[in-house]
Amino acid sequence: MQLNFELNGQPVTLFVDGAMRALDLLRERCGITGPKEGCGSGECGACAIWIDGVTKLSCLMLAAQLQGRTVTTIEGLAKDEPHPLQQFFVKKGAVQCGYCTPGMIMTAAELLTHEKMPDREMIRNAISGNICRCTGYHKIVDAVEDAAEAMQGLKP
Amino acid sequence: MTNSSPMQDIGRCSPRFDALDKTLGREQFASDFYTEDMLWAGVCRAGIAHGRIRSVNTARAEVVKGVHCVLTRKDVPGSNRQGFVYWDMPVLCGTKVRHAGDALALVVAENRQVLARALSLIEVDITPLPVIDSMDVALENHASQVHDLETGNVLKSATITKGNPAEAMAQCDVILEETFFSPVQEHAYIETENGVARFDKDGILHLTVSTQAPFRDRFEIARALGLDHNKIHVINPYLGGAFGGKDGATVQCLLALAAIHVKGRTIKMWWDRRESMLAGYKRHAARMHYKLGAQKDGTLVALECELDYDTGAYAHLGVEIMALGLEHAGGPYRIANMESRGRCIYTNNPIAGAFRGFGVAQVCFAFEGMMDRLAIKLAMDPLVLRMKNALIRGDRNCAGVTMTHSTGMEECLMRLSEHGLWKTRKKWIADALPFKRRSVGISAVFNGMGYGRGLADYAIAKVKLSPSGLIRVYNGVSDMGQGNASTFVQIAGEILCQRQDTMELVQPDTDRTHPSGSATAGRTTYTYGKALIKACEALRDKLFNRAALMLLVDDGAGFAMIPGGVRHLPSGRDLSLADLAAMMMPDDRICMAEYLMPTTPEMPKGGETFKLGFPHLIYPFAAHLARVEVDELTGEIIVHDYLAFTDGGRVLNPQVFEQQVQGAVAQGLGYALFEEVKTREALLETKDFSTYILPTSMDLPDIESHAVETIEHSGPFGMKGIGEVGMNAPLPAVASAMAHAGLPMNHAPFTPERVLGVLDQEKKDIPCN
Repeated sequence: MQLNFELNGQPVTLFVDGAMRALDLLRERCGITGPKEGCGSGECGACAIWIDGVTKLSCLMLAAQLQGRTVTTIEGLAKDEPHPLQQFFVKKGAVQCGYCTPGMIMTAAELLTHEKMPDREMIRNAISGNICRCTGYHKIVDAVEDAAEAMQGLKP
Repeated sequence: MTNSSPMQDIGRCSPRFDALDKTLGREQFASDFYTEDMLWAGVCRAGIAHGRIRSVNTARAEVVKGVHCVLTRKDVPGSNRQGFVYWDMPVLCGTKVRHAGDALALVVAENRQVLARALSLIEVDITPLPVIDSMDVALENHASQVHDLETGNVLKSATITKGNPAEAMAQCDVILEETFFSPVQEHAYIETENGVARFDKDGILHLTVSTQAPFRDRFEIARALGLDHNKIHVINPYLGGAFGGKDGATVQCLLALAAIHVKGRTIKMWWDRRESMLAGYKRHAARMHYKLGAQKDGTLVALECELDYDTGAYAHLGVEIMALGLEHAGGPYRIANMESRGRCIYTNNPIAGAFRGFGVAQVCFAFEGMMDRLAIKLAMDPLVLRMKNALIRGDRNCAGVTMTHSTGMEECLMRLSEHGLWKTRKKWIADALPFKRRSVGISAVFNGMGYGRGLADYAIAKVKLSPSGLIRVYNGVSDMGQGNASTFVQIAGEILCQRQDTMELVQPDTDRTHPSGSATAGRTTYTYGKALIKACEALRDKLFNRAALMLLVDDGAGFAMIPGGVRHLPSGRDLSLADLAAMMMPDDRICMAEYLMPTTPEMPKGGETFKLGFPHLIYPFAAHLARVEVDELTGEIIVHDYLAFTDGGRVLNPQVFEQQVQGAVAQGLGYALFEEVKTREALLETKDFSTYILPTSMDLPDIESHAVETIEHSGPFGMKGIGEVGMNAPLPAVASAMAHAGLPMNHAPFTPERVLGVLDQEKKDIPCN
């Protein structure tokens, strides 16, 4: 099928098998390797992307479901400078192997679009579908908390 | 990063060198490599646990359009054997299946759809053999044989002794006996096993693999496939986790085999999660029988223990893991008399292998369990009991090694005893709501650092001044996420006085970096760091001497490194590194150095039988505390607060230090609370992340970490290594809390079902009127 969608701000037109997974489409056809595959069954969250600004697991989506949609991946999250979450993940030490990081940041970034000042419990709840095997989550929660404050102008 | 990028000083809480690229989605892991002409390789696996192979019929798969080749045992040149120490694992099985994940055929196809179809068309005829699904079955007299050994299914048994435990036991005031069971744990790194390979026109086999030992991989592939290891080139990007599970053959030999049959094309193999769980390595299940003797005042006197480790179908590092179990069986305590007997046993269960805490995580559960039972029996404070027996420098540890290096066990415990979470424990426990039972547990653990004896623990560091004046570190040991590569930049930055943005890092590449051993055993920063310090000091001295030539002064004395250059202090004149580089020939801008870790000259009685990794000279220590609440109705355990004191020597980067501790605690709490690979008749029941339960952000508390910075005089800037030790403490800390709550648990993990079982037992023990 002919597939038209917007990927990280750019229009994309591709001829693809609409039944292929959205994750494979991004990685194999679009050169977008930020979304990772960790489980292939919606358990780990490493492949999280935004569809029209809402977090979705690209391993559970078909390519055809991207038709006419706006797709944002970790590569498209930063504007002129890294998103505050990207900056605070670095600053607070929330990155170890980094394989869960793109999915984790996409999930957390969506939280911050509708929850300006989430407390630690809300952050833990929001990222509970993203498995991180390295960090123990403590520093990830710290980073999201600090990024939220920074976005509200409460933290440099 | 800009000019304001941080100075890479030692001791500074510096952001990791790799962090920004990883957050931007820019970092290229092995699994992120795709090429235009790429093919996919995949494996047909046995699916049954034990049997004789009658035939592997590939005819129907071969004719599928888009299939390039279908390979079986007859297509494997060389020995077909892989396994690092014991070469007992075939690349492709030809005669026998020893576990359900055994590889029988390898398919190379145009894409994944074709690959899946071809794999489904391979017909396998296997005559089943009796399945060895437990260590008990393996040890029966007429048990079926997993490998045809003279010792039956016992891969190796060994006994180490110290003093006279039988005689000493007879004179003890208190003798306790218990048996503990620890489960199979899955590494569950998020990036599963993968890589790409290409056999080029130049006759070189190039691989980019997610591996912990790129240099050893060359030998492993060469031996298994009969190739020249000098013609194998391995590139090793950052790994998406490993924890020991990528220390050894996963995709390497299979990819190499595919590449030598389909020359000139890039071939990708990427196990999906189910294949990773089926065929990947796991932590050994262990059964540990302990008998501990002590005096009335709590002084430990004698220990006898028997440790059985289930290595599954292949040895991998099972013998070395059992050896570390024996070495650490008595905990970080003074015990004059000890006898530990160990067996490493083959079964048809999934292959067990290296995993953070390498055989030690198991015995810490058992030994600390004995300490809590002893404390309860003697009505002693569990912390006082541990303090009383804790190793201090000059003591012999339980394996007979004299503690001649930094020994911070006592200090970890002392610091813990001063902490509010310990001091306020009684009130916290008393505040429990109805049907909730609260308790505070502690544990004291250690973990030998480095390879130990029998395998030279060395590293070769290379550092170079680039033509543009950047300092480039060539790192030969993998970074699986632990942050060692970033710490290497910091070490070079400290000595050469550079900011992060004027430094570059080359990750392991067998053509560009030098063999420096595997990323295992908590050794990387210590060993490579020592070599790197020497290399950087040599480069610094060389730069001073070259600067002296340029500035027409007598010699290199009186110079200092400054960010981006060198300064002649007497005259105040500066030279930029770029200017200096321009005056130097390429090979003059390189410095290399190597380092070999010291080993202990003391060999415990019985330890001679271990070829590799026994015993150790240097140990990190840790004391942890867990505040635990048990729901008496559901059996659920909630860990409310967690505290860790770690002696890893001096801390080079507090942020990376905390990362290691917190990550290890998370993995350890998973091990304590719910992680368990389950099998039925040696076939996996926990096949994916919906059945194998991992800790999420909702399951773990914030983890408070403190460093106890003893100075390890032999280490780089005084550090040891903390990669493993944190893994060993959470299970015994939670178990300690349970024991002091009146719920002693001998079988991990402490699932609600098991907790309810112990609660029921407790009710039965109460006499009814």
